Amino acid sequence: MERLKLVLQYFQSNSESISNGICIILALVSVKLYTSFDFNCPCLPQYNKLYSLGVMTVPPIILFFLGVLVNRHTGLILCYSCRYLFSAMIQRALLAPMVWILVTLLDGKIFICAFSVSVDPALFQGMCKHTHYLNKYIVFLVKSTFWLGWSILLFLIVLGAMGRLIKPCFDDHATFLQTRYWSNYLDVEQKLFDETCVLHARDFARKCVVQFFEDMREDTVLYLPHPPFITNFREDWEEEEEERLHGITKQEQVDQLLNKWYYSKPELDVTRISHRPKTCVTWEDLIFDLVQCVLGVELDS
Amino acid sequence: MDKFRMMFQFLQSNQESFMNGICGIMALASAQMYSAFEFNCPCMPEYNYTYGIGLLIIPPIWFFLLGFVLNNNVSVLAEEWRRPTGRRTKDPTILRYMFCSITQRSLIAPAVWVSVTLMDGKSFLCAFSVNLDIDRFGNASLVQGMSESERIKLLARIPCKDLFQHQEIRAAASRYIKCISQACGWMFLLMMTFTAFLIRAIRPCFTQAAFLKTKYWSHYIDIERKMFDETCKEHAKSFAKVCIHQYFENISGEMRSFHFRRSSRDGSDDDSEDKKSDEEKLLGIRAQDDMNKVLWNWHTCKPALALRKDE
Repeated sequence: MERLKLVLQYFQSNSESISNGICIILALVSVKLYTSFDFNCPCLPQYNKLYSLGVMTVPPIILFFLGVLVNRHTGLILCYSCRYLFSAMIQRALLAPMVWILVTLLDGKIFICAFSVSVDPALFQGMCKHTHYLNKYIVFLVKSTFWLGWSILLFLIVLGAMGRLIKPCFDDHATFLQTRYWSNYLDVEQKLFDETCVLHARDFARKCVVQFFEDMREDTVLYLPHPPFITNFREDWEEEEEERLHGITKQEQVDQLLNKWYYSKPELDVTRISHRPKTCVTWEDLIFDLVQCVLGVELDS
Repeated sequence: MDKFRMMFQFLQSNQESFMNGICGIMALASAQMYSAFEFNCPCMPEYNYTYGIGLLIIPPIWFFLLGFVLNNNVSVLAEEWRRPTGRRTKDPTILRYMFCSITQRSLIAPAVWVSVTLMDGKSFLCAFSVNLDIDRFGNASLVQGMSESERIKLLARIPCKDLFQHQEIRAAASRYIKCISQACGWMFLLMMTFTAFLIRAIRPCFTQAAFLKTKYWSHYIDIERKMFDETCKEHAKSFAKVCIHQYFENISGEMRSFHFRRSSRDGSDDDSEDKKSDEEKLLGIRAQDDMNKVLWNWHTCKPALALRKDE
């Protein structure tokens, strides 16, 4: 019970912190992507606005989809519409696009590219030629986008802080605890199911292979009854080796076994070996022992 | 419970995390290769397009094939595909699942190459500079009086800085083409991400039960293969041990009977009271000549692969 608690605790702390970590990594990727992206204003009247709009909107959409994709339970959440999980996933996925938009605003290049067309064309040519002639209008644009970016950031931080402070007054905390518990439960359950499937497949495979070896032994070799009272002394290691050999002791038998494994794989059914009694005593052994007991003599095999 | 968790982690980390790691490394290698590659547009009308588009298409194909080569599951898939039916029926959904998962992982490095190439814009500039309408970038007087082939030759030199004299026209034209290339790059990324989103997010709504089944059995095939190899190895080890032991027994039997005639009779009584000791481990071989004979025989006349059953 205690071990189970420990395991659950580990999974519980793990899934949320992992999701938060992935979310932050994606935000950092977004910043890195922006800095390594070579902004290339086309400097043509028809294309400037389109290009700027594209750079401002298409990467956030891509980052949003990526944010939804990296969540491990996307399929489950969307199909079973669990409200708490859905809103948490959307919130996390929105962080990276917001970071991109903020960075573009703080940088200001996009707005200069987009709105320079409304300025005197001579100045526009000047900007695209990268001369250091800066018109008052362009300076105004740069400053305003800078301040716009910072004010949006401040607004979001204040909103988040207020939300966290005020929410407990309105929401029912007990319901919140319940939904959080069951959302974590989904995560743990899926992990355990995958774990159990893998272990089961391993056991199944081992039994299937052993059963196959034993079937080969019964097919090709006459099963000689193996009396429990062994006449000659056999050392322990020899017993072990005999068991591992599964009765396959000739080259032709091994060849036949490998051939059969390829051409005619056994069916996926290990009922026989799983329901076999632990001590491999056969009818012949029992009768043999009985006879020996009754007669009080040791019989040769 | 702890033991199970450790085992599971080992199994899981072995197969999937390993493949994901290889996938990530190949994506990084793809980006790094592009930055290390020295782009060298030929600036000739006949070769520009081939060079530009070739650079966009051929390395991704190479990365895709490399992804298949580096993926261990390809041989499992091939084996399962070619296996004779025997007593176990073949399930085509499992083959499809395995092929899809291998393909998905192999597509990441080519996608990275294509995106990086498109974002950089040089290959588009090289391929499409001859299709430009030079009037919109500067004064049309530049191409006045030129024949068609001369105009095309001039346009083909735009990607090369040192071959094209009019720098403003070159800057404007390269900006334009780069902008189109970047737009294509972003559209490509959007398409890939959206497709991945559809597959990952929408598919479970329709086929989750069948998906769980195919996932289980495709893992099972891999595990069964490993188990069979393990069991064969154990069997071979035991086979070898017993075979060698019997060989030494045979030889030592011969040696003992040979030495017996020379030594006293008292030694014969000790045989039946053999206990586990260093003496026994020598298997009756005590002289250099005897050992040499054993080794010689082992090479020239190996015993048959048929273990006799002790009665």
